[in-house]
Amino acid sequence: MKVAVVGAGPAGVRAVERLVRAGLRPMWFEEGPASGGRIYQRPPTGFSRDHRALYGFEARRARALHDVADRLRFACDWRPETLVWNIRRTEPVLDTLTRGTDRRSETFDAVLLCTGAMDRVIPVPGWTLPGVTTMGGAQVALKTQGVAIGSRVAFVGTGPLLWLVAFQYAKAGAEVAAVVDTTPFATKLRPGLLWNLATFLKGLYYVGWLRARGVPVFEGAMPRAIEGDGAVRALRIEGHTIACDAVAMGWGLKPEAQLADLAGLPFRFDAVQHNWVPGQDAAGRTARPGVYLAGDGGGIAGAEVAELAGARAALALLADHGVFVDPLETSVLDRQLWRQAQFRGALEAAFPFPAHLAAEMEDATILCRCESITAGALRAAAAPEMNRGKAFTRIGMGRCQGRVCGPAAAEVLAASLGCAVQDVGRLRGQAPVKPIPVALA
Amino acid sequence: MKADVLILGGGGAGCSAALHLAQRGLRVVLLERGLVGSQASGVNHGGVRQQGRHPAELPIAIRARRMWAQMAALIGTDAEFEATGHLKLARNEAEEAELLRWNAMAAEYGLHPRMIGRNAIRADYAYFSDKVVAGSLLEEDGSANPRLLAPALAAAARAAGAILLEGHAVTGIAPGFVVEAKGQSFTAPVLLNTGGFWGGQVAAQFGEPVPITALNPNMMVTEPLPVFCTHNLGVVGGDIYLRQISRGNIIFGGGRGESDPAVPVSRPLPVPSFNAMQRAIEILPQLAGAMVIRSWTGIDGGMPDALPVMGPSRTTPGLFHAFGFSGHGFMLGPAVGAVLAELVVDGHSETPLEGFDIGRFARQDALADDTWKTRLE
Repeated sequence: MKVAVVGAGPAGVRAVERLVRAGLRPMWFEEGPASGGRIYQRPPTGFSRDHRALYGFEARRARALHDVADRLRFACDWRPETLVWNIRRTEPVLDTLTRGTDRRSETFDAVLLCTGAMDRVIPVPGWTLPGVTTMGGAQVALKTQGVAIGSRVAFVGTGPLLWLVAFQYAKAGAEVAAVVDTTPFATKLRPGLLWNLATFLKGLYYVGWLRARGVPVFEGAMPRAIEGDGAVRALRIEGHTIACDAVAMGWGLKPEAQLADLAGLPFRFDAVQHNWVPGQDAAGRTARPGVYLAGDGGGIAGAEVAELAGARAALALLADHGVFVDPLETSVLDRQLWRQAQFRGALEAAFPFPAHLAAEMEDATILCRCESITAGALRAAAAPEMNRGKAFTRIGMGRCQGRVCGPAAAEVLAASLGCAVQDVGRLRGQAPVKPIPVALA
Repeated sequence: MKADVLILGGGGAGCSAALHLAQRGLRVVLLERGLVGSQASGVNHGGVRQQGRHPAELPIAIRARRMWAQMAALIGTDAEFEATGHLKLARNEAEEAELLRWNAMAAEYGLHPRMIGRNAIRADYAYFSDKVVAGSLLEEDGSANPRLLAPALAAAARAAGAILLEGHAVTGIAPGFVVEAKGQSFTAPVLLNTGGFWGGQVAAQFGEPVPITALNPNMMVTEPLPVFCTHNLGVVGGDIYLRQISRGNIIFGGGRGESDPAVPVSRPLPVPSFNAMQRAIEILPQLAGAMVIRSWTGIDGGMPDALPVMGPSRTTPGLFHAFGFSGHGFMLGPAVGAVLAELVVDGHSETPLEGFDIGRFARQDALADDTWKTRLE
């Protein structure tokens, strides 16, 4: 049986672990040079910061995952620095590109997509200035290169990552100009958060630590603009102007689900996480036989869940292909996943996507930064749904193909049509998932 | 709902017919399964070209080109039409001879492309590779944005009083004509079949099946590059076509994707994409350093002789066809609608339609010795 796993983050690693344990030698594709995913991204060879410094409370988890992954490489057809840029709709074939030059097409009997997530951003005036990055981008800069995005950094958005990254920056010696959480404090009081007490307490610790060190914290605050001329000078929020030279922004995560889309999987709008997610059952099976999902790429649930889901989907894949799997192991995983889902629901409710902030964006704000399309242009186009909005205005037609602006653009369009955001649909995926060279041929 | 004319299919041809018929005072209802311009009309290369066309298509192409010059007056937008010139390239002597042969024929229609020989093309177009040995430039040709045309024609048709119903998939057609869509009945004495690929199914319902296939142009676009090439580019044989838009992106196509018209869904395919990428670099070597950011396709109707079916039905009075544009109907759409309106209202059109007769597929001999036939890949 020829099995492919796309992605070597927490979900991919735990999936491959189960597949190898069952005697398979899967093809294992990873876009980056090493396993670990964005959450446990590793520094380049030769960098000396240890796991404790890099991953804090998650050091043990990161170490465990890295160790497993490093062993698994030799039991797999390991393909690092490989972009899976297409999955064919009618044939079981992945189109891949390694190191930008080596092009291959690989057939599979089953594929497990563990493609992870990316930041969800809401454009504010000035967000295209140099010095503004996504929350995840700011964290990756620190984790892999040991650099901060600025010397005085403001963090704006909502979600656990907001507080974690601000904490990590402060610990690493950067000045945190402010943490601006668009969610009011009261919204975050969710009894459901107690389903994962450890994570909940870690969150409280980050907030307390930052407050104790006098970091200005604004909750329930709305960003109005990032000011500066060629460089960031300040973050302006309602009632305050925060001097800073860099801004990290992010409002939770969205699935990197382009391959699921190209695979032809049906998508549904998940109202709790406020994201379009590819359809799957609790074990990661999808509507297309032989295609499985695990981790944030199938819907945001975080790294802990990704490890469980990766293992669970691998077991489903094995069972579907006639390999015996231990029913006890699957039932334990199912129970853990159920428990985590309770926590996740509460977490999403505690840090809701401020759709109104996107919907009320000023006409002059650049919404699609690849094509420099403003919110006003999208509103003026009066398109009935997102793909028409793209056709009329070029929004989402640039290098990122709407991965960055898509969610906010949908809010702008829905608000201007006076309908629910799910009723304007989502931008259709098209190959390649990321740009590929013309010289590839 | 009763109308004077029912139109099936909201591509460029159908929307233009709705506009022209409404302007002539007729009550028009157009039924479109999805959104107007979703398939071939909306996803094509955007060529507005007379260059290289089959002589049977030249009269309507010339008429269409005249309409493109007045598009803003007709529909309130020029759909980004620009007369950039269409430069058709030869990559060997046989292809060069083919350019000359077409140019001589086109002169009879009053078109005067400028032949650019080996030395001149080196001197004036340094960005071409040595593979390019000659070119024929028709300066009045150009391009437009296909995503804008059909919706703009539809808006103008609505403003003129036509009723265009999107999201209305046809579920039944009976003589008379009675058409069922979205649980409603629509009746009219005249029916226009502008259904693109699906036009073949409508024709078959009236006892005149045609050998139509789903044609999915394999399209790609690069990231924006500094503008260096203003003409639309084609080649003899048509296996690659390119244009650089003012934003800098190079849109190019070649080969065919895949589709399932029943869904409908269509996708580009990697192997034809690689072939097109290679051919693109063979013509413009500097593309080797560029990135492809997106690929796409749609569903058009392809006919064996690459000419559309256009004109009155041979079985059913009151039925008119205009479909199967075989991958090059975008620029014709506005004129096709005007011609259909003339056929309905005046009973005839000044534009010759002989080559498009739906009965031609029964006469194999007529197709066999056509020296202008475009190759359908």
